[in-house]
Amino acid sequence: MSPAALEVRNLSVTIGQARIVRDVSWSVAKGETLGIVGESGSGKSISVLSAAGLGPASARIDGTVALTIDGREQDLLSMPGSQLRRIRGRRLGFVFQDPGTSLNPMLTIGRQLTEGPEVHLGMSRTQSRKRALELLELVGIPDPERRLKSYPHELSGGMRQRIMIAVALACDPEVLIADEATTALDVTTQAQILDAIRDLQNRLGTATVWISHDLAVVGGIADEVVVMYGGEVLERAETVELFRSTQHPYTRGLFESRPHLGERVDQLTSIPGAPPDPRATPPGCVFWERCQVRGDKRCRTDHPELVETSPGHWVRSFYTMSGADPHQDTASTVRPLPWKEHR
Amino acid sequence: MSTAAQEAETRARGAASLLQVRDLSVRFPIRGAGRKQWLQAVHDVSFDIGRGETLGLVGESGSGKSTIGNALIRLVPVHSGEIHLGGTDVLAAGRRETKELRRRMAMVFQDPMAALDPRSTVADSVAEPLKIHRLGATKDRRARVTELMDLAGLPSRFLDRYPHELSGGQRQRVCIARALAAEPELLILDEATASLDVSVQAQIMNLLRQLQEELGLSYLFISHDLASVEHMSDRVIVLYLGRIMEESPRESLYSEPGHPYTQALISAIPLEDPVAERERERIILVGDIPSPIDPPSGCVFRTRCPLAIQECAERQPPAHRLGPGHDAYCTRAGERVTSET
Repeated sequence: MSPAALEVRNLSVTIGQARIVRDVSWSVAKGETLGIVGESGSGKSISVLSAAGLGPASARIDGTVALTIDGREQDLLSMPGSQLRRIRGRRLGFVFQDPGTSLNPMLTIGRQLTEGPEVHLGMSRTQSRKRALELLELVGIPDPERRLKSYPHELSGGMRQRIMIAVALACDPEVLIADEATTALDVTTQAQILDAIRDLQNRLGTATVWISHDLAVVGGIADEVVVMYGGEVLERAETVELFRSTQHPYTRGLFESRPHLGERVDQLTSIPGAPPDPRATPPGCVFWERCQVRGDKRCRTDHPELVETSPGHWVRSFYTMSGADPHQDTASTVRPLPWKEHR
Repeated sequence: MSTAAQEAETRARGAASLLQVRDLSVRFPIRGAGRKQWLQAVHDVSFDIGRGETLGLVGESGSGKSTIGNALIRLVPVHSGEIHLGGTDVLAAGRRETKELRRRMAMVFQDPMAALDPRSTVADSVAEPLKIHRLGATKDRRARVTELMDLAGLPSRFLDRYPHELSGGQRQRVCIARALAAEPELLILDEATASLDVSVQAQIMNLLRQLQEELGLSYLFISHDLASVEHMSDRVIVLYLGRIMEESPRESLYSEPGHPYTQALISAIPLEDPVAERERERIILVGDIPSPIDPPSGCVFRTRCPLAIQECAERQPPAHRLGPGHDAYCTRAGERVTSET
């Protein structure tokens, strides 16, 4: 595996008494995409934003966030604010859910695209304008010359999201961070944007962190997937492995609770209850209350560790979908699992 | 299709028709544009909903799907067309009749936090329709509210809670309990699961299906999510720019989509299998949805349609029958869009 462009080690985010992100680790290499999946309150966005120094001001952040720049590793969490701001502008690109609020309504598209390269790369007006035109072409905006003079309100949602991606890529960052980047878009527009992103990855090789609540979207774009719930990583594996050999009952529940196209059933297998309040996480497994597999009182009292069950496949559960307790060396079979085999 | 043929079909389906909508058009004036302009939100839309049936309305933003729901309960003015609910002419109804019609049709919206009064307890919110329509004796109200909450899967300990104390799924259950309070015949579900977490969406969809079975309700299920629409609906209408593109029983719409727009919509849904998802042939539509103020001539989808030919610009495509109850409004209906087209 190639060295990590961005590596998060043992990241925890605490606000007051609430540990809203606990001991999260992952990494993403150049040219690869890491998908982070979770529901609201899972900590998926806040963990990534905190790693980039964009978390809530009142939060205490522990751990290491190592960004590799020109072969040298730097810890984003231990550097002074001014340096972090410079690095963030130059080395990290962000695409958020709502391009309407992320773009500045008062500035032309051209200005928003040239600002980064001028400030961070020291380009002249002529150079940055040329770069802006390249970027617009790269993300598939027709008639880029004219678009440079447009304002965000003159563009459709899909076009604005393409512009956001172009702005994020303007300084040729080490890492692109996309937080629910296609969630606000219509499905046909989402398909356009996912297509554009896949194409860009092939051409640019930027490391990408793709945050989404939608497993299918992540499955189509990520090389490795991290599943978060209640502030913790519950499962982590390469994409195909995660989808085909799902181990955690929560991940399985996420698959089962979506209606699958062309496979109508009378009742969906829903996960009962609601995600936990990050201010009051239970002492045992965070998913215990809603889990359909929970075996014994250990799930309620003991906190399961994230264990590597097969190379690269990590699971935090005493009971996995294959019936084995990863905390034991031998595969101890527990009771039959209530879920049907997922294809 | 003629009304007579439609009625024959309704009879053939065995479902007594509850709601009839004929040639419904809704338009909004655009002010300050110099000459008077109109935004045509819904154009000549006709459909029926049978008793106990679910009709899915699917479309992207700007398709007019929510406007249709709003027009049914007269939240927006109707420009032309007819709406009948169980024999009552909705558009000719006076004040008193309209109130009664609003008892018979209830709505559940996308965002339960916005739909509930933050200063009202759950019990007050659920009881509100009972007060408005003067249903039951005041002393029995709390018992009735408890019963409604039970129907919606809410424990009675929530009676005196406020919306902010509940989770998103619980709030939506309160909205459903409230919608059921006045014993409506038709529920208009406008993106009722869209704002919920994936794991909670399934709970709400299961609840809705179960309630329909128990109470014999009819649903108009409005959603942008084709998979949810498939799960919920008996028949589906696909909308684009305020017009019906395709109408079909559920099975044939998803197995044999006849309209190129429906084909593109279905192919745009990410598949759950990552290998299949990456290898599949996808129809990527070019460009954006045109302005509803100045829609394209002829077929409104032609500007983005991979199958468009000269004829499409010249006339509005008539219905092409593709199977029982399955119509596509397309000159080239039934042809497959492939990567070569």
